[in-house]
Amino acid sequence: MATSAKSKDASKPDFAKSPTNTRLSPEQKIKLLTDMVRIRNFETESLRQYTQKKMGGFLHLYNGQEAVAVGCVSLMGDDDHVITAYRDHGHALAVGMTMNECMAELYGKATGCSKGKGGSMHFFAPDKNYWGGHGIVGGQTPLGLGLAYALKYKGAKGAAMCFMGDGAVNQGCLYESLNMASLFNIPVIYIIENNGYSMGTSLERSSAFKSCLAERAAGFGIEWAQCEGTDIYEVRAAVQTALDRAHNESRPTMLEIDTYRYYGHSVADAKHNVPGGYREREEIEFYKKNHDPINVFKAKLIAEGVLTEEKFDAIDEAAKTEAEQSAVFADESPYPAESSITEDVYFEVDRQTEAGRTGKHFFND
Amino acid sequence: MPLIEYRDALNQAFDEELARDENVVLMGEEVAQYDGAYKVTRGLWKKWGDKRVMDTPISEAAFIGMGIGASMLGIRPVMELMFWSFATVAWDQIINNAAQVRYMSGGLINCPIVVRGPANGGTNVGATHSHTHENFLANVPGLKVVCPATAYDAKGLMKTAIRDNDPVMFMENTLLYGEKWEVPEEEYLIPLGKADVKREGSDISLIAHGRAALTALRAAEILAAEHNINAEVVDLRSIRPLDEEAILASVRKTHRAVLIEENKPFCGVGAQISSILMEKAFDDLDAPVLRISSIDAPAIYSPELEKKQLPRPLDIVSRVLSIC
Repeated sequence: MATSAKSKDASKPDFAKSPTNTRLSPEQKIKLLTDMVRIRNFETESLRQYTQKKMGGFLHLYNGQEAVAVGCVSLMGDDDHVITAYRDHGHALAVGMTMNECMAELYGKATGCSKGKGGSMHFFAPDKNYWGGHGIVGGQTPLGLGLAYALKYKGAKGAAMCFMGDGAVNQGCLYESLNMASLFNIPVIYIIENNGYSMGTSLERSSAFKSCLAERAAGFGIEWAQCEGTDIYEVRAAVQTALDRAHNESRPTMLEIDTYRYYGHSVADAKHNVPGGYREREEIEFYKKNHDPINVFKAKLIAEGVLTEEKFDAIDEAAKTEAEQSAVFADESPYPAESSITEDVYFEVDRQTEAGRTGKHFFND
Repeated sequence: MPLIEYRDALNQAFDEELARDENVVLMGEEVAQYDGAYKVTRGLWKKWGDKRVMDTPISEAAFIGMGIGASMLGIRPVMELMFWSFATVAWDQIINNAAQVRYMSGGLINCPIVVRGPANGGTNVGATHSHTHENFLANVPGLKVVCPATAYDAKGLMKTAIRDNDPVMFMENTLLYGEKWEVPEEEYLIPLGKADVKREGSDISLIAHGRAALTALRAAEILAAEHNINAEVVDLRSIRPLDEEAILASVRKTHRAVLIEENKPFCGVGAQISSILMEKAFDDLDAPVLRISSIDAPAIYSPELEKKQLPRPLDIVSRVLSIC
C-alpha cells in the first residue's frame, strides 16, 4: 500500500479550528463542498462520455483528489495565481471555469475553453489567474516560478501555486526552479499532489526520500510541510501558512499533500485495479471508504449543523444535472472551422498587426 | 555614421529598450556583474541594477522557463543563452511552453520573450558548443527565428524582437561580435520577415543568412573581379517569418540561385527555400538550385579542419561556376 495510505494520526489537531477555517461562513463551507461535488460529477460524466467515444486522447481523472484543488484555490486572492499539470480539470472548475467550456474542450469543440486546440491536459483561463493545464511532467514548474517572479517584479502581493504530481518530483527542472525560488526569494508555492503513483509506478519504486518528498526542499533552505488531502480544512490550513509566507516574506514553500486517485493514471490505464496490476482493489476501496474528501467533509458539515443529507443530495443532483447538460452542450456545439488550425499560432498574425503582415509565417503554400 | 561592434549594437538595443519599457528585463548566465561572457551586456547591470539585469544560475531549463512564465504575465524578458547550443537543455521549455501555450490556450496567452545568444561554429570549441538551431526552431509553428549578419541588422532586429508579442529566437555569432559596421545614432527598427539585398547583381542570387551572408558577399567580390559574374546577395535576416517575396524577386531577375548556410544540409534552411523556388520559380530558373552547407558531420575541433567544414568564399565561387 502506498505511503500516502498512512493511518491518520489520532493526535492530529482539529483543523476546523484553525483561523483560516473558523472565519468561513456556512455559505462558504457549502460552496467548498459544492465545488468538490461538481468536480466529482464532471469527472464521472466525462468518463461516461469518453467510453461513448465522444472524445479522443487521454483523460486523467481527478476523482479522490478534490479537496486539494478546491482547498488551495479557495484561498486565492486577486493576485494569487495557479498553474498545474495534465490532471487539470479539478483546478479549472475550482477557479470558476464552467463545465460547458471544459466539457466542450474535451470534445474538441469550438466552444471549448481553448477552442478545441488544447484538449484534456491543456485548460487555461488567464482571466481567472489559471495558467494551465500542462502536458509534460514537471514542465510547468519553471513556468510557476516565472509567474511568481512576475508578481514580485510588478510589486503585487501575490503568490503562484504550482501543482505537480508525485511523479514530477524526479524531473530536474523542478530542482533548478527550487534553487532559484530560494535564491531570488520568489513567492512560489510548489504543491505536490502525492497520490502514491507516478503513472503505474508506486512512490516507493520511483522516489528516494527521507521522511517525505517535500523534505527535499530543505536542501535549498525552503520551508516545507506535509499534510493529508482528505480533510479540506487541513488542506486550507497548510496552504494558508504557505500563502502567508509568500505574501509577507516573499519566500517559497514546498507543500506535499497526500491524496489518492480512484481511477488510473489515465482512462487508458488498465492495470490500476486488476489482479496483477500495480495496486489492489482493496486499496482503492480503503480510500473510498476512509479518505474520501467529499464524504469526510459532508460528515463534518452535518455534524456542524451546516448541512443535511437532503441538502447534500440536492447539491449532488444539481451537479450531476449540470455535468450531464455540459455533455449535451458539448455534443451540440460545432467543431472548430478548418481555417482555425492556423489561428492562435502567432499573436501578431492573429491581430493582423504590421509585424503579422510582414513575411511568410506559414509554409503550406 | 559611427562604426561600432556587433556586440555594442546589441548593447545599445538593450539599453534603449530597457529605457523605453519598464517590463523589459535581461536575464542569463553572467549577463550582470560579469558583463556577459561575450561582453554583449557590458555596463548594463551597473546602469540598470539587479532588477532589470539579472544573473541566473547555470540552469537553462528553469531560467528560460521562468522567463516564459513571466512573459505570460506581461514581463518582456530578454534571455541570454551563453551559447545557443545550451538550448537543448531548455528544449522542453522553448518547444512545449513558449511555442505552444498560445495555441493550446486558444489564443488566450502570448509569450513576448526573446531568447538570444550566439549560434555558430568556427571557434574550435567542438561539437557540443557549435550548434546552429535555426532550422530546428523555424520548424516549430509559434516561434520566430532571426539571424542577423551585421551590427546594423542586429540592433534594428533586436529592438523589434523585444517589442514583438511572440517568442523570438535571436541567433547571434561570436565571430561577428567584434566586427564593426556603420550604425546610425538615431533610433531605427528593422521588421522581422524582411530580407536585405546586401549586394545588387544580375547573374545569380546568393541567398544566405547570418555569417554565411558575409561569406557570400566575399564570394560575390571574387566572382565579379575574376569571373565577370555579377552576383546578387540576399541576406534573409529572418528565417521565420521568411521574406519569400524578396527571394522570388531576386531569382526571377537572375534566373540562378545558390543557397548558403552554416547549418547542416538535412532539412536546413536552404532545403525549405529550394522547395519554394521549385514550386514558385521553376519556369524562371535556368539552372538547378544548388546548396552549400557546413560539411555534414558534427563540428570538428581541429582548427585547421573546422575552417574547411564551414562554407568559404571559394566554395561558393566553385559552386556558382558550375552553373554559370
